[in-house]
Amino acid sequence: MSSASDTIEEFTGQDYKYGFVTDIETEKIPMGLNEDIVRLISSKKSEPEWLLEWRLRAYRHWLTMTEPEWHNVHYPPIDYQKTYYYAAPKAKVVLDSLDEVDPELLKTFEKLGISLAEQKRLTGVAVDAVFDSVSVTTTFKEELYKLGIIFCSFSEAVQNHPDLVKKYLGSVVPYSDNYFATLNSAVFSDGSFCYIPPGVKCPMELSTYFRINAENTGQFERTLLVADKGATVSYLEGCTAPRRDENQLHAAVVELIAMEGATIKYSTVQNWYPGDKEGKGGIYNFVTKRGKCLDNAKISWTQVETGSAVTWKYPSCILQGDNSVGEFYSVAVTNNMQQADTGTKMIHIGKNTRSTIVSKGISAGKGQNTYRGLVRMNPGAEGARNYSQCDSLLIGDRCGAHTFPYIDIRNPSAQVEHEASTSKIGEDQIFYCKQRGISTEDAVNLIVNGFCKEVFRELPMEFAVEAQKLLSVSLEGSVG
Amino acid sequence: MALLEITDLHAGIAGREILHGISLTVNAGETHAIMGLNGSGKSTLANVLAGREAYEVTSGTVEFNGKDLLDLAPEERACEGVFLAFQYPVEIPGVNNTYFLRAALNAQRKYHGLDEISAIAFMALVKEKLKILHIDQGLLNRPVNEGFSGGEKKRNEIFQMAVLNPKLAILDETDSGLDIDAIRAVADGVNALRSPDRATIVVTHYQRLLNYIVPDFVHVLLNGRIITSGGKELALKLESEGYAWLEEEAAAVAGAKN
Repeated sequence: MSSASDTIEEFTGQDYKYGFVTDIETEKIPMGLNEDIVRLISSKKSEPEWLLEWRLRAYRHWLTMTEPEWHNVHYPPIDYQKTYYYAAPKAKVVLDSLDEVDPELLKTFEKLGISLAEQKRLTGVAVDAVFDSVSVTTTFKEELYKLGIIFCSFSEAVQNHPDLVKKYLGSVVPYSDNYFATLNSAVFSDGSFCYIPPGVKCPMELSTYFRINAENTGQFERTLLVADKGATVSYLEGCTAPRRDENQLHAAVVELIAMEGATIKYSTVQNWYPGDKEGKGGIYNFVTKRGKCLDNAKISWTQVETGSAVTWKYPSCILQGDNSVGEFYSVAVTNNMQQADTGTKMIHIGKNTRSTIVSKGISAGKGQNTYRGLVRMNPGAEGARNYSQCDSLLIGDRCGAHTFPYIDIRNPSAQVEHEASTSKIGEDQIFYCKQRGISTEDAVNLIVNGFCKEVFRELPMEFAVEAQKLLSVSLEGSVG
Repeated sequence: MALLEITDLHAGIAGREILHGISLTVNAGETHAIMGLNGSGKSTLANVLAGREAYEVTSGTVEFNGKDLLDLAPEERACEGVFLAFQYPVEIPGVNNTYFLRAALNAQRKYHGLDEISAIAFMALVKEKLKILHIDQGLLNRPVNEGFSGGEKKRNEIFQMAVLNPKLAILDETDSGLDIDAIRAVADGVNALRSPDRATIVVTHYQRLLNYIVPDFVHVLLNGRIITSGGKELALKLESEGYAWLEEEAAAVAGAKN
């Protein structure tokens, strides 16, 4: 069989191949969490013994931990025994055409400007719909393969590249790291794996868009990305369409390793279901993202967080190597009853390490938006520098913005700058726009986009356009 | 038909009436000056015409180009051709001046059922207007009014007016806070945009702006009423004699009524 038809097989036969749908229907995996469930997940994925052991160590450690309470988000207690731990996000029904899709969802797609082919893929109209992009995907896969780049699902990597997985898994976020990361380590279902060999500059943005498997990753994704010496990669995560996900808890882990002189740019647009206006439903998004930089390496996180009922995430950089660079650019939006507690940690260990933090929080409705950041200069971080800027924008008078910057300096030669501002979209600004003919809604978008400009310009071009559209959908109806 | 026909307009803010019955007719091609002391209701009139939400019209009518202006939302009024040059132009951080103006122009074109202007045609239009107004191109790439000097802000208002090409331009205290060179520069811009199709209402406290933007009619507003109207010489008389004589006259009229 040609590789093109292999890929088609992958696209179309996905559910069958991994048995997600069949398994759920035939063998109901019991609710709740215990060692047997962990073993079951591992065996379903035909994992090697060492990985099962690692999962079990994580599970046993998790039992000794308590859920954190220091964050500025509030939600009813999660009953971990009433959650399914090995389930596709939804039992997928393959629809015949877009006519069968929830019209509300299609309306959102339209607003986002998502292409018809992509709409079909996202809503599960499989088979013929994806044919257009199949050849494209194949071309990309071949091109990447020639360069020695590995880009596949986490499960595939465990099967095909166990040495790489074993070497790096848990090397940045150990299984004992924190409550949610530990839970993820025990039960993670799938995710992405990426390896860029030494000196290779990945010729295209790597995106879950190209990988059909992304659709089937469950609540507990795990991403591992390794850029070997001198390699460069830009990775786009997330889907810009709202996912009608029935699961409440989403606890993902992302580990990045930038070896000497490597550069990783990791961009996220997160738009999980935020719940309705009264705060019913929505995703609790507890994510641990961390990267490690060796000498002269650079990791840049850019995130646009518009979804989820609760967002709890702190993409961080461990600047271990000398002259390494960490960056964090963030836009977080909370509308209606959404809550976000997000920020970053920049841990300066090596000499002359540099970090930049630009955080833009937007609160509307009754949304609560918290920036929480840590800048730490270790004793050995001679000549390290940090620049932080945290800006908050309020829309209306029932929302909140909170900022908790922690600064911990143990080296007298380190320099830290912190700037913060809070502003409100004024009636005056909106009236000014209206007097020029611009509608209220467009005026809000214009003002918000201006506010986020420094972050949006860090995003790859097409992502930036989508992020802007997403923002306007998220803030719809927040004024007037 | 007059372009703007204000009839017995009563309006105010926060439950307090400020305009006590204004009537005014403005035809295309005319320039009217509205003068008066602080608190006389000049800026209220400008804001009511533009549709600022905080102001409330209690009675009277305003017809603009055959339409009931008071029935239209602020952005609809703008699209119908009412332009307010703000006394205090608002800053919009991070939003490129050119981008803002193009969004405004396209919103107005859409209102009239026209296609969006192409980037090339827009830049050509913008450059043409900059040239007429002698404004530096550097203005284009800065965020809307952010970090602008007082003079730059007012000139930016006139520049926006040039691009949006309104039927009625209302200049609200455009001279306030400007030195004489800046006033001259702004006035030159306004004069360059004079057209038989456009009417201009210049709201000002001082006569000095009217040395440069010469009005066809001058109206004096006192305590929410137009107490006298005349030609440009009325402004000169106010300059030399102040407003006191008008206040006395108004008091006498009021006394006679009682």
